[in-house]
Amino acid sequence: MRADRRRFIQAGLVGSLLLAGAAWLARPDATSPALLGGTRFVNAQDAPMLAALAVPMLGLELTAGQREAVVRGVDAAVAGMPLAIQAEVRQLFDLIGSDWGRRYLALVKPAWGEASAAEVAAFLERWRTAPIALLRAGYQALHALINAAWYGQAASHAAIGYARPEFARRLFE
Amino acid sequence: MTSPIHDTSLEGLARGWRVTDASTLKANQNLECDVVIVGSGAGGGMAAESLARRGLSVVLIEEGGLLGASRFKMVEALAYPELYQESAGRQTADKAITILQGRTVGGSTTVNWTSSFRTPATTLAWWRDAHGLAGLTDAEMAPWFAQVEARLAIDTWAMPPNPNNSVLEKGCAALGLSSARMRRNVKGCWNLGYCGMGCPTNAKQSMLVTTIPAALDAGAHLLTRARAERLLLQGRRVAGVILAALGADGIRPSGQTLTVRAREVVLAAGAIGTPAILLRSGAADASAQTGKRTFLHPVVLSGAVMNEEIRPWQGAPQTVYSDEFLHRWPLAERVGYKLEVPPIHPVLLGTTLTGFGSAHRGQMRQMPNLNVMLALTRDGFHPESTGGQVKLRGDGSPLLDYPLTAPLWDAFRHAWLTMAELQFAAGAQSVLTVHEDAAPARTLAEAHAQLQALPDEVLRARVVSAHVMGGAAMGKDEQSGVVDAHGRHWQYDNLTVVDGSVFPTSIGANPQVSVYAFAARSTDALGKRLA
Repeated sequence: MRADRRRFIQAGLVGSLLLAGAAWLARPDATSPALLGGTRFVNAQDAPMLAALAVPMLGLELTAGQREAVVRGVDAAVAGMPLAIQAEVRQLFDLIGSDWGRRYLALVKPAWGEASAAEVAAFLERWRTAPIALLRAGYQALHALINAAWYGQAASHAAIGYARPEFARRLFE
Repeated sequence: MTSPIHDTSLEGLARGWRVTDASTLKANQNLECDVVIVGSGAGGGMAAESLARRGLSVVLIEEGGLLGASRFKMVEALAYPELYQESAGRQTADKAITILQGRTVGGSTTVNWTSSFRTPATTLAWWRDAHGLAGLTDAEMAPWFAQVEARLAIDTWAMPPNPNNSVLEKGCAALGLSSARMRRNVKGCWNLGYCGMGCPTNAKQSMLVTTIPAALDAGAHLLTRARAERLLLQGRRVAGVILAALGADGIRPSGQTLTVRAREVVLAAGAIGTPAILLRSGAADASAQTGKRTFLHPVVLSGAVMNEEIRPWQGAPQTVYSDEFLHRWPLAERVGYKLEVPPIHPVLLGTTLTGFGSAHRGQMRQMPNLNVMLALTRDGFHPESTGGQVKLRGDGSPLLDYPLTAPLWDAFRHAWLTMAELQFAAGAQSVLTVHEDAAPARTLAEAHAQLQALPDEVLRARVVSAHVMGGAAMGKDEQSGVVDAHGRHWQYDNLTVVDGSVFPTSIGANPQVSVYAFAARSTDALGKRLA
């Protein structure tokens, strides 16, 4: 137990240093990617990454329109967070969205838009079960944002057997 | 179609409530009043009614907006960003615990699940014995509980529990464990199951439809979308509060500042917000306890697929509980837990279920047959369960650092097994401990074997909370607490805290009635002092 804890603390320290270094290397330069049309947070570099993550995360085949809806849902979710949290999510997106971070931290070689679902899923699994808590936190942030973005849409509800009570639809629609 | 439901907020505005949406202000403002109350949740709502009815001029501050029934459309994607702190995604410093906390007029009472319990007698006894709060006897508190229960129509829920709650009741009956029906703060409840998205029918007797309308009808002034930055400290007195107006997005400060000067200042910003205001203000504290011993009732979860459809999103969300393991062990020896069920809706379920891809999707598709059980652990009694600490980020915003210590992991492990036993006893096909390393188990033996191997690691076990307590605790003297047993700050004569921050430990039950009763008692004392 004690050895476990020591190893855990070490992994935490190593992880923090590694991520701090990586974040510095992946820092956005003066010409940060532009926001997508109509978004408040998600930029042109984030969008293909989020779209690529959504399919293996949700375990669904998604049309281009559905992938776009997930990207916009993530945007809405992050835009509602306090600025300090938005800054953390920005760090995460910049890190794995950069060529360097994708290759050497996410361990995904092809650009996000070209990676196979299996390659992306392998990344998710590595971070989900990582010994470094910060990587697990990164995975959990992606998990929460993408699931909230998908299951927050009424269009996703029929397939999971969910419907608001009939009267609510009459009342509000 | 036009809703047949009244929107009490719109109606109040139409009859002349004084409400200022600070995001619309174009210049700095100065206000003066008898009492300024920071926060409009369980504590602030109670204080506002009590003090406004005494004829005092009251200014009530809320960081969120004033919404009402016509805005509560039973849609998660609308409710979470509008009604919750951090879009229902507030987390502890290491992201290990996700906290559901309200941020709207009425605070968490606008979005809670209506579960109503008095402070357990064992908790009050602990505060008397271990924290020296000798005056907090059952006899002293009973009239306050009775008063707030009458005010908020708190009574035993007479309808049958929904099938999600029935799983807990059946499981307890099958295993010979005790369970009981809850009391709820509702009047004419439609039994919908959407309490967490704001009650669309005004049935829930939250602060939004009870004490705050009463206070505003009595002339109180409500300032919304205003964030308390710091107190104006002058010797042993607080001259007022400096507020930052928020912009239209409700997040970024607009740049306008409000200064509210008052004879008395009441803090009710919740057990994360109140300590943060005290810390930002550099408030004196001989106990050095401000922000420390913050408690969450850390919650772990177990899912079960039932043979029949139970549609766990329909019907009053929480109506059955079991205290079998709350009182089983001496408080200082082992962390006990209370068993309940949460309501299940798509976003809550999708984000809370562990795993990803086809396994996660398969569980989502079983949602109509899904039962989820929760165990709410009683932190703050065991010597190694000292809770968390509210700190400030560089930008002054609060951050709760909450380490999960060994006695809590021991309670989690016990609770996961108990919940699996209960779910199988109630007829579950399979049980899933909500932990990244668990898989659906077909038998109790399989679940038991899995539990033996699960690592005690954050961000693998799913841990959540909906209750925030402590951080400005009552103490018998200025060395042992931040405030006295009536919530009055030991260092400032005209500063009173009336939210869950004042509790020296967690409550050991859903805390709204405890907050109401202590707030009613403290503001009564304050009102008499001002008379």
